[in-house]
Amino acid sequence: MVPDAEVRTYYDRPILKQPVWTWLVPAYFFTGGLAAGSAMLAAGARLTGNRRLARQSRLVALGALGASTALLIKDLGRPGRFYNMFRVLKPTSPMSIGSWALGAFGSAAAAGMASDVLDVLPGLGALADMAAGGIAPAVATYTAVLLADTAVPAWHEARHELPFVFAASAAASAGGVAVALTPPSEAGPARRVLGAGALAELAAVEALHRRLGPELAATYEQGLAGTLGTWSKALTAVGAVTAVAGGRRFRPLAVAGGLATAAGGAVLRFAIFEAGKAAARDPKYVVGPQRREAGVGG
Amino acid sequence: MSAADPAAIAGWEAHPPRMGFFTDTSVCIGCKACEVACKEWNNVPEDGLAWLGLSYDNTGSLGASTWRHVAFIEQPQAGQDHGIRWLMSSDVCKHCTSAACLEVCPTGSLIRTEFGTVVVQQDICNGCGYCVSACPFGVIDRREEDGRVWKCTLCYDRLKDDLTPACAKACPTESIQFGPLLELRTRAEQRVDSLQAQGETGARLYGADPSDGVGGTGAFFLLLDDPEVYGLPPKPASTTRDLPSMWKSAAMAALSLTAGVAAAFLGRRR
Repeated sequence: MVPDAEVRTYYDRPILKQPVWTWLVPAYFFTGGLAAGSAMLAAGARLTGNRRLARQSRLVALGALGASTALLIKDLGRPGRFYNMFRVLKPTSPMSIGSWALGAFGSAAAAGMASDVLDVLPGLGALADMAAGGIAPAVATYTAVLLADTAVPAWHEARHELPFVFAASAAASAGGVAVALTPPSEAGPARRVLGAGALAELAAVEALHRRLGPELAATYEQGLAGTLGTWSKALTAVGAVTAVAGGRRFRPLAVAGGLATAAGGAVLRFAIFEAGKAAARDPKYVVGPQRREAGVGG
Repeated sequence: MSAADPAAIAGWEAHPPRMGFFTDTSVCIGCKACEVACKEWNNVPEDGLAWLGLSYDNTGSLGASTWRHVAFIEQPQAGQDHGIRWLMSSDVCKHCTSAACLEVCPTGSLIRTEFGTVVVQQDICNGCGYCVSACPFGVIDRREEDGRVWKCTLCYDRLKDDLTPACAKACPTESIQFGPLLELRTRAEQRVDSLQAQGETGARLYGADPSDGVGGTGAFFLLLDDPEVYGLPPKPASTTRDLPSMWKSAAMAALSLTAGVAAAFLGRRR
């Protein structure tokens, strides 16, 4: 740890503004990831002829997407002006890129659903499902770039690990919900996505902590962020083991394990959000790292 | 090295020279006339009347409804009146050359004016709040009762009428100087040299270097101590400069995700 006394501040007042985002934003990070992961499961299931899993996953994807849209609009200071997100397409703004990606993703997923439910244009419907599955990885990861492209040190310094955390978490959450909703005999691919996603999630979070170093990692390990981080790890690990080991035979274990894994992913998004708030609150997290950079860079 | 021309980069063809502020904190007397003039001219609402107990600073920080903020720092120092060196500094939006707030704004509400300054178009802003977390100086913020973000406009309306911004006009000691940025930088360098010659060895410019993380600022400062003493980040940067590498990491993560899901379906089939 770097002693606080070395850092000079203006009456310990924050240098950065607190994010104005509320719980709606980390909740969206979860539902957006869940929607993306589920759309990929739907596309894979459709391609391999697993109709049950395809329908189930597409339904989850659309539901999560609907929730995402509501959360995003509700978080705006002027919700009535949400349409201004589509006023321009701005390459320097991850939020602009993400809005368009989400719009395209939603359109494709809805088209795939309509074709299936109404039983019309099956060829185009399959194409729409593939398109949604193709855009989904962008939907799952752009939110990491969105957070990383801020002055908040806990997010920006984790810029190379956050996309992997978000991608892995999207897979684990989508796999978890699919395993919970689908009969074990047809949930094989979802179980594998859950297991691999959960493992990757735990590994990526560990890599993130290492990248930040002890000083900045403290924002993830202390306070509310630390508590949430611990819960996330426990839920993800226990949920994944339960679902993968026991969910193959016993449906109740599949439901419990799958939902616990998804909950671990949701709590993780809140942990990351809270770490950023902690980093913005205390000027030492801004001054310390920048001072050392100044010392090295001249 | 010539100063960057952000107005030209933003697409202004014929435009006036880049205008800015040089705030020379060595002659600031802490009168807060800048704070008052700014509020009056720009009709900025009241945002809390409180005793903060921080020397003479009852303003606290810049924010949605505080576009000039005078900081007061009391440093014990032998040889000074009452053994205290009193630093005062009027802070303001930096109008960065590479402005993170403007770059991340998804609606195009934040724009670069013909004067090279950065302004929020209030009829466009939908209050997404991205700029608030992007600003490395903690300047721009959302007015909760209004839902939109607000900050210093460098008196865009006054500039269009060839007038000096309200804060600079009201400053009684010319601590806040307004003018073409290149002229201000030359003047500021001379002022640092003269202060150094007088033995004020801590005098340095902040924001005047076009090679810093934000490409230099349109509003820069002469400080007598480290920036963080005034509540300023020592090495500010616009994080959008890292966007290519961040998208690259995201693309690798997205590819891994695709490969992982594909493998899950191509694996054991039963």
